[in-house]
Order: sequence, then structure tokens, then C-alpha cells
Amino acid sequence: MSKMTYAFPQSLSETRTHYCAGCGHGIVHKLIAQVLDELNIREKTLLVAPVGCSVLAYKYLNVDGLEAAHGRAPAVATGLKRVQKDKIVLSYQGDGDLLAIGAGETIHAANRGEDITVIFLNNAIYGMTGGQMAPTTMEGQKTLTSPQGRDIADVGSAMRACELIDTLEAPYYIERCSVHDVKNVNRTKNAIKRAIKYQVEGRGYSFVEILSMCPTNWGLDPVKSAKWIEEDMVPYYPLKKFRDKGEEA
Amino acid sequence: MAAKGEPLINSERCKGCGLCIANCPKNILEMSKEFNSDGVTFPTLNDEETCTACTFCATMCPENAIQIRRF
Ligand SMILES: Cc1ncc(C[n+]2csc(CCOP(=O)(O)OP(=O)(O)O)c2C)c(N)n1
Repeated sequence: MSKMTYAFPQSLSETRTHYCAGCGHGIVHKLIAQVLDELNIREKTLLVAPVGCSVLAYKYLNVDGLEAAHGRAPAVATGLKRVQKDKIVLSYQGDGDLLAIGAGETIHAANRGEDITVIFLNNAIYGMTGGQMAPTTMEGQKTLTSPQGRDIADVGSAMRACELIDTLEAPYYIERCSVHDVKNVNRTKNAIKRAIKYQVEGRGYSFVEILSMCPTNWGLDPVKSAKWIEEDMVPYYPLKKFRDKGEEA
Repeated sequence: MAAKGEPLINSERCKGCGLCIANCPKNILEMSKEFNSDGVTFPTLNDEETCTACTFCATMCPENAIQIRRF
């Protein structure tokens, strides 16, 4: 008898995405949908969508939610969670959103230990606006606004979000993963599941960073983009679990 | 060797990124010669005997255009 072993998740809308070919946002949306299905929490999940390429994330995930102004997703998520404690609140953000205009909101929500889950997609560039330098753009990386490569003497070096948040007392769970190959996609799914499960249990703030391909703005095809993550991003952004208070306990 | 399963490829969802092809451990996917209605080429199975239903292609698909059926 035949059986579907990889089926379309119920929490994912059938709407086709507007993402470019090979963009990692689609993979991460799918993983979130699978996790919501597995934990059976679709109906009580609220998604806060950011400004950036994933601005339409609420169209693709079959959940309720809100659209936040640029960088404000963790502040909006804070409000949602504080008035609706029985809901599972996800703040989904890109690196420009989370670390540039929203750096303040990011750090303070983490520092307060808000009982939310932040899913942070790091593609080392501003995708939606056409490929400008982001706080996560790496030294020497060429973008529209760093045509000679990022000059760290001029604009500082790339910021590492997990390491920053790991200096704070309150966060419960912090992990960095990637979606450049199958093994890492599976690890990313486990991390998202763990983070959301901790929120279901009311444990507090969790942060999952995901390195992700942006073929269009990197000027590489999707397969080369995945290689670029492995060879160029991972050495600078180590993939690891920074903190898991659930494991320590 | 009989196949253990097969990928069900929804060519209309596909954007032709090729991540499925690059990640297939058996190398049995290749780009189509035809186009979907967006003008994009999509993966097709070139060997129906060898699929192990490992789900790697589906796992990498950003568009959720591949489902896996195990026999
Ligand atoms: C207040 C405000 N400032 C600037 C912008 C322009 N803007 C739109 S998206 C974006 C950056 C998005 O980059 P990122 O968060 O990395 O997400 P990606 O598109 O790469 O997924 C900027 C600066 C805006 N929409 N609103």
C-alpha cells in the first residue's frame, strides 16, 4: 500500500509565493507550517510578519496575525502575547528588519524575556529593496551599497545576532541553523519545533537564526548560493545551539 | 531494483531553482525540456526504478512543489 511520506502541510496555504527561485523564505515557511501541524497549534498561532521580502508571510501561512512596521515585529509580538497569553506568537524577521531598524526592539524584547518565538532569517543583505548592505553583510561582500565589498573600517563588521542575544540573562533558547542542504534543513526544523514547544510550555523567549539563500541579490544561481552559505557564511556565523535552558534544567 | 517510492512533482508550483536536483543522492532528477505556464523548466524523474523515497528533493523545495509517495 502506498503512503504519502512528505505531504503538503495543512498550515501552509496553497497560494503560490512571490519569492524568487531558490529563496530560503519558502523553505522556512514550510518548516514552520510542518511544526504547527505536528504540534497541532495552528488555530492558536499568531504570526507577526515583518517588512522585507517576507512581508506577505501571512498570506502563505494559514494562521492569524498582524503586519508590523519595519523592525517593530518583536514589539508587536510583545503586545499580542501579553494580552493573549494562550496564543503562540511568532515574530518572523529578516536581517535588515531585525538588526538594523529593529535592533532596539530585538534586544529589548529578548532582554525582557518575552514569551515569544523570534524566527530570524539571515540572508546577509536587504532583499526586498534590491540588495543593499545589511548589518549582517560580511567583510568584503559586494552589495548595491558596498560595490567594492563591505569595508569594516568604514561601516563596522557584520553583526552576529545570536552572540549578541546570548549576552542577555533572560532568553531561554538561542540557536543558529541554516537551510543550505538537507541535513541543515532538518536541523532547522528541529530548532523551530523546540523553540515553539518551549513557548507552548510558557518557558519564555526563544530565538532561532536561519542562514538562508538570496540568489537574486547575491547574483548567484540557487545551487551556488547554497554553496556560498556553506563556504562563506558558516565560517563567520557558526551553526550551533548557543543556549538551551530546557536542557540545562 | 524496484523503486521504494516516487516524487510527485507539481510543475505549476515549480520555479526551476534546481535545489532538488542538486540534492538528490541518486541523481535521478533532471530539468525538463518543457516549460510550465510561467515559462520555467521543472524537475522530472529520469529513472523510475531507483527512487528510495528519501524525501531529500521535497525537503529542499522552497515552493512545496514536491510530495513523496512511498510504495
Ligand atoms: C520605516 C521604513 N524604512 C525603510 C523601509 C524600506 N525597506 C523595506 S524592506 C527593507 C529591508 C529588508 O531587508 P531584510 O529585513 O533583510 O529582509 P529580506 O527582504 O532580505 O528578507 C527596507 C530597508 C521601509 N519599508 N520602512
